[in-house]
Amino acid sequence: MAKYLLTLLFAFSCFQLMAQVKNRAKSKAKPVAGLAVSMANGKAIYINHCLTCHQADGGGVPNMNPPLIKTSYVTGDHTQLIKVVLNGFSENIDIDGESYSNVMPAHDFLKDREIADVLTYVRKSFGNKGGAITAAQVKAVRAKNIKKAAIKNI
Amino acid sequence: MTLSWLTRIKKNYNQINSMKSTLFKWVMILTILPVSLMLYALKPGSEVVPDTDNGGLKLPAGFGALKVAETGARARHLVVTPQGDIYVKLAKPNKEGKGILVLHEAPNGKAELKSGFGTYGGTEVYLKNGYLYASSNTEVFRYKVNDKNEVINPDQPEKIITGLKAGRQHETKSFALDNDGNIYVNIGAWFNSCQEKDRGLHSPGIAGCPILDSMGGVWQFKTDKLNQTYGDGVRYATGLRNMVGMDWNQQNNQLFVMQHGRDNLNSSWPELYTTKQSAELPAECMYALKKGDNAGWPYMYYDQIQHKKILAPEYGGDGKKEADAKFLDPAVAYPGHMAPNGLLFYTGNQFPAKYKNGAFIAFHGSWNRAPEPQAGYFVVFQPFKNGKPDGAWEVFADGFSGSPEKTAAGRADHRPCGLAQGADGSLYVTDDSKGTIYRIIYLKK
Repeated sequence: MAKYLLTLLFAFSCFQLMAQVKNRAKSKAKPVAGLAVSMANGKAIYINHCLTCHQADGGGVPNMNPPLIKTSYVTGDHTQLIKVVLNGFSENIDIDGESYSNVMPAHDFLKDREIADVLTYVRKSFGNKGGAITAAQVKAVRAKNIKKAAIKNI
Repeated sequence: MTLSWLTRIKKNYNQINSMKSTLFKWVMILTILPVSLMLYALKPGSEVVPDTDNGGLKLPAGFGALKVAETGARARHLVVTPQGDIYVKLAKPNKEGKGILVLHEAPNGKAELKSGFGTYGGTEVYLKNGYLYASSNTEVFRYKVNDKNEVINPDQPEKIITGLKAGRQHETKSFALDNDGNIYVNIGAWFNSCQEKDRGLHSPGIAGCPILDSMGGVWQFKTDKLNQTYGDGVRYATGLRNMVGMDWNQQNNQLFVMQHGRDNLNSSWPELYTTKQSAELPAECMYALKKGDNAGWPYMYYDQIQHKKILAPEYGGDGKKEADAKFLDPAVAYPGHMAPNGLLFYTGNQFPAKYKNGAFIAFHGSWNRAPEPQAGYFVVFQPFKNGKPDGAWEVFADGFSGSPEKTAAGRADHRPCGLAQGADGSLYVTDDSKGTIYRIIYLKK
């Protein structure tokens, strides 16, 4: 009986493995090549404009700069996330029960494609499993975005 | 210890012997011996034993350390009374809504939570002349204490200072007291460098940085007057971005502060500063302040490599142009971004003589050095002579982070913040990450 079960288990594992390999082969199709480029470009932008505060591991700085890991701000609604990059962030909002004091400046000088790439990189790195963001999405949010006059400090 | 007392007694014995007065000799011996033994027994540090691993700390030879307590809260500054009570100011109130914890030490040095009071978060707590002083991020309170240094009415403090400005950053109100009834309060600037867009790329400085009228400096108030605000105080010194560590030097009767230097030289001005330069610059400065001093923030920063006051890029600087010479020079310049959060002049007798009247500085540790390895997370000793820095600083207590890798990654287990001296001359250190309270003692006698 045990032998039978083991054989069955083995067969099932093989089947799963085959399916995975098949899926991986499938996901290497065209859109993924675009994603790889997006991730590479996004990483470069992250290093230049984000890493100083959010750190190399995306973990942020306690009490100062929020982490980019396991937070709905990053993996949730893309409109809100794009707005954070365009306008910066200086609101007194608790993120997962913690508050963060540092001011994030606006990064509206980045092009639509650059913002899309860096956000795609962040949403798919540091253990995050969010969806990619497109330049068209950034363009749409930017068009509707009302720029804040000044950064609020209080 | 016992041996040195015996030697002293023997010395006395010899001196007395030369007086050739047998009666006097015996009277003296019979007096000195019990008094000496009594003093030895009363010495508070005598039963305190360091942890086998010294609480995870790396210390100079002859020193040991123990973890006094695990508060589990963001423990900022602290005070230790001669009666063995420890007042710990928390950054924000704990689950029970208390912003100040009271712990009591057992004879072995380990402390238990006794009580808590104060509904506000903050950083500073200070004991002087029968009052415990504590600050929120906008106010300063004082509590009368009894002859055992216990707060009499924890729910009814006197509000001595109110209405101070606080931004989201640099919001804490550290302070120090002099011996003439004055209190000196840090009012940190709510900017990094007074830019039009704070920390923004290529964002210029606001002309005349108008916030300096009410922040970015040290304000002097009276310790015994209620409800003082800006109009009642004096802007004692300006051009100081933010201070967390402050102390009064008793030797030359002067206020010393540790400024948190500016950030983001590379991220705001990538054409002028490499990431490496931005990690190293500017210096974290110790300033010795006099009334009317101007340390130059936001118009300048101190470059500890060129040993120059440099014009800030927000105000036309390029990393080389020097700032106006009128600005105050630092007393000591330390490497950038290490965040000095605690300053204490050591006046105790327990540690070896070289430490007497020198300064201990708790460096909270950096974040703005990324992508370069982070640094700090240690307590430094700065030698002083006659109230002035004298000689090179050295790392006194290290190992708070847990490992060199954790230091480099900025993922420290513990982050030193506050410093206090016990009645027996022990040095206490808080950690505002996990809430550990450390006590460092000298073992060789």
